[in-house]
Amino acid sequence: MANTAIKPVVTEEDLLIEEYGYDDHFHEHHHGDKYQSNFITTYIFSQDHKIIAKQFLITGMFWAVIGALMSLVFRLQLGFPEENMAWLRPVLGKWITINDAGIGTLAPEFYYALVTMHGTILVFFVLTAGLSGTFSNLLIPLQIGARDMASPFLNMLSYWFFFLAGLVMFFSLFLSTGPFSGGWTAYPPLSALPQASSGSGAGMTLWILSLVFFVVSVLLGGINYITTVLNLRTKGMSMWRLPLTIWAFFVTAILGLLSFPVLVSGFLLLMFDRSMGTSFYLSEIFIGGQALDHVGGSPILYQHLFWFLGHPEVYIIILPAMGLVSEVLSVHSRKPIFGYRAMVYSILAIGFLSFIVWAHHMFMSGVNPFISNFFVIFTLIIAVPSAVKVFNWIATLYGGNIRFNSASLFAIGFVSMFISGGLTGIFLGNSAIDIQLHDTYFVVAHFHIVMGVAAFFGMFAGIYNWFPKMYGRFMNETLGRLHFWGTLIGAYAVFWPMHYLGMSGVPRRYYRFDSFEAFGQFATMNQFITIAAIATFAFQVIFVVNFFYSIWKGRKMTTRNPWGATTLEWTTPINPGHGNWPGKIPAVQRWAYDYGKDGKEFIPQIKPVEEGESEAH
Amino acid sequence: MEAVVASAYGRNKIHPQKFALWVACAGILMMFAAFTSAIIVRQAAGNWLEFRLPDIFYVNTVVILLSSFSLHTSYLAFKNGRTSLYRGMLAVTFALGAAFVVLQYLGWQMLAGIGIELTTNPSGSFIYVISGVHAAHILGGLGALTLAMLHAFLLPHKVTPARKLRFELTLTYWHFVDFLWLYLLFFFTMLY
Ligand code: HEM
Ligand SMILES: [Cu+2]
Repeated sequence: MANTAIKPVVTEEDLLIEEYGYDDHFHEHHHGDKYQSNFITTYIFSQDHKIIAKQFLITGMFWAVIGALMSLVFRLQLGFPEENMAWLRPVLGKWITINDAGIGTLAPEFYYALVTMHGTILVFFVLTAGLSGTFSNLLIPLQIGARDMASPFLNMLSYWFFFLAGLVMFFSLFLSTGPFSGGWTAYPPLSALPQASSGSGAGMTLWILSLVFFVVSVLLGGINYITTVLNLRTKGMSMWRLPLTIWAFFVTAILGLLSFPVLVSGFLLLMFDRSMGTSFYLSEIFIGGQALDHVGGSPILYQHLFWFLGHPEVYIIILPAMGLVSEVLSVHSRKPIFGYRAMVYSILAIGFLSFIVWAHHMFMSGVNPFISNFFVIFTLIIAVPSAVKVFNWIATLYGGNIRFNSASLFAIGFVSMFISGGLTGIFLGNSAIDIQLHDTYFVVAHFHIVMGVAAFFGMFAGIYNWFPKMYGRFMNETLGRLHFWGTLIGAYAVFWPMHYLGMSGVPRRYYRFDSFEAFGQFATMNQFITIAAIATFAFQVIFVVNFFYSIWKGRKMTTRNPWGATTLEWTTPINPGHGNWPGKIPAVQRWAYDYGKDGKEFIPQIKPVEEGESEAH
Repeated sequence: MEAVVASAYGRNKIHPQKFALWVACAGILMMFAAFTSAIIVRQAAGNWLEFRLPDIFYVNTVVILLSSFSLHTSYLAFKNGRTSLYRGMLAVTFALGAAFVVLQYLGWQMLAGIGIELTTNPSGSFIYVISGVHAAHILGGLGALTLAMLHAFLLPHKVTPARKLRFELTLTYWHFVDFLWLYLLFFFTMLY
């Protein structure tokens, strides 16, 4: 039998599910046995959404470590350009050149490759697949009351395409010409002409191949998430009763579905330019004094296609984090989320607006200033739903009976980061101010705080909160808090000073600054940032250790619902088997946020509305 | 595709797999929307070679419209138990679909014949690439049709829910790529 998890203890939840639940005769069909019969089908080619979620998470963590280590190498270069890097030679090999005096230097080409790989890996592999792949998979079926995804098979494919994408990218790191080095946005001509730089040849070919696999993964996942949310909700689970996590994953999947195909189109044209001699993006280019015969192309066209994905992509990253944070804040402040409907409408508004602001990345690319005005306005309007969300999070916390634990601390930290980074977005959104700030460290500071760090905080909040649901054990709380404070202080120490660099015009993506008189004064600041980055990384090691230690040795979960949460995932057995609920599927009687109502600390979603309850949702 | 495990609460008006197909079509549509907007953006930038679309692209259109029609006839025949019509029309559809791909190829040759090669000017390159990607989607459809024919000719004619569903998925996709072609043709005729 697949349901090893049936426990003899009968709880109130079991009785409620038995009484009101919906019997889909699931366990009579023996689905479980069919594809969970041996080790390979259970843990490797698994079709169970809970296992797939863990696969996404652990793969994402692997990439996060690689990406972070890369950033430490290029931060060393920026902070200590004179320092001897010969000790890195065993890892980086020929990319560290050693001069006669025995001093090792990082090869400039490889510096660019590191920056490019860092961006690509973090944006796509960690914060898209690792975040939304993990939590959409884990929580959608569990929180809407479904046995699994609409198509478990496509779901499995989604993970394996992601895996394949990673494999190709990983391989590209070891090419003798190096991985792609033209920036994570892969603008032509660096991405279009194999002869443009050392990473533009085989490195770029593998980069684009990897990303195409990645898009397939996102689309397979997204189709599944959308279909599951719309079609497989349990009895009583109307859209307005969905937890905000599900709303966020749902809109995220729609954004991905509508924007990633556009990226594929852009890539396809790029591939033709690379290998078939077309000139979609290329025009009048000289390389080595030689004019190429590409004429008539427009590099701006690529930027349009890229950013039509690129901007929604940043919301694909942040919306799931927002959903997780909303849920965690509400559960741990023991209060209903403030303004549930406003939260949903904000998610929808952000989703919609994210499609009509892409050109704010192109103010300085020669876009007509009149057209820029249009994009300025919509960009600034996005601040409105964003501010609504921030207000509601704070209002949720206000007067709450807050439990400060690792999960809720990271959720609160998310709000702080999102405010700091969102405000600088408003600076950048004004095309006139952007003339000064574009392509400087101000932009780097903006998007690392609002997207990089904030999304990580949302992810950490989610991991600490749902770890018990994933592994039946808790993560260590002391280490969790240490991790939080170290990361919060460290991240601000790294990215706050970058605003000042940017305002003084220090450009991003430069190999070294000590040769520019204007920027020499920032040498100590750059050292400070580098040291802070190393320290922050050390705190992430604590997290990784805590994570793996707790999987096997963490404190065991003894009750099903340790946080006293209302949502359905906590009504499953401590180690849910295939199909999630051993018997009937629970039916939903109320919304997900009945905390502190009528003198009760919380009322689970499966509990029927009683007579005389103050208000029902 | 594994049959749905999780169909929870029987209020769904539309089968999840059909719904998933619609969602996938929306994604494909976005890909082509990107191509067509790229044409508009690029055309506005000047250096745009004007030429007339070879007539064969219109012949093509008739062929694919007929194929949608024949597949629908086959579907109705399948449901009504008219075996020979069901099988025959399925084969006709396959033939028309294959003809579309061949005609597309001839169309490219004609383009090359009037001096518009793949790399001559972006205006022509767009036609090649976009119609090529569309043809790839037709090939996918031909794959689905092959499967449908195997079912039709090898299995006894029985209308089971699973077979009906599979047919409807094929049908929806085929109508979709047909529609997609009309959408592209509209742009090709308006902008060239
Ligand atoms: C209040 C809302 C926001 C506004 C008004 C805003 C505005 C902008 C603008 C105008 C730029 C372009 C700067 C330049 O290149 O000169 C930019 C860059 C960027 N923003 Fe935001 N932003 C906002 C929120 C966000 C959020 C929520 C995220 C991600 C979760 C994000 C991620 C990024 C990224 C990744 C870049 C840089 C891309 C690159 O050039 O590599 N932004 N933002
Ligand atoms: Cu943007």
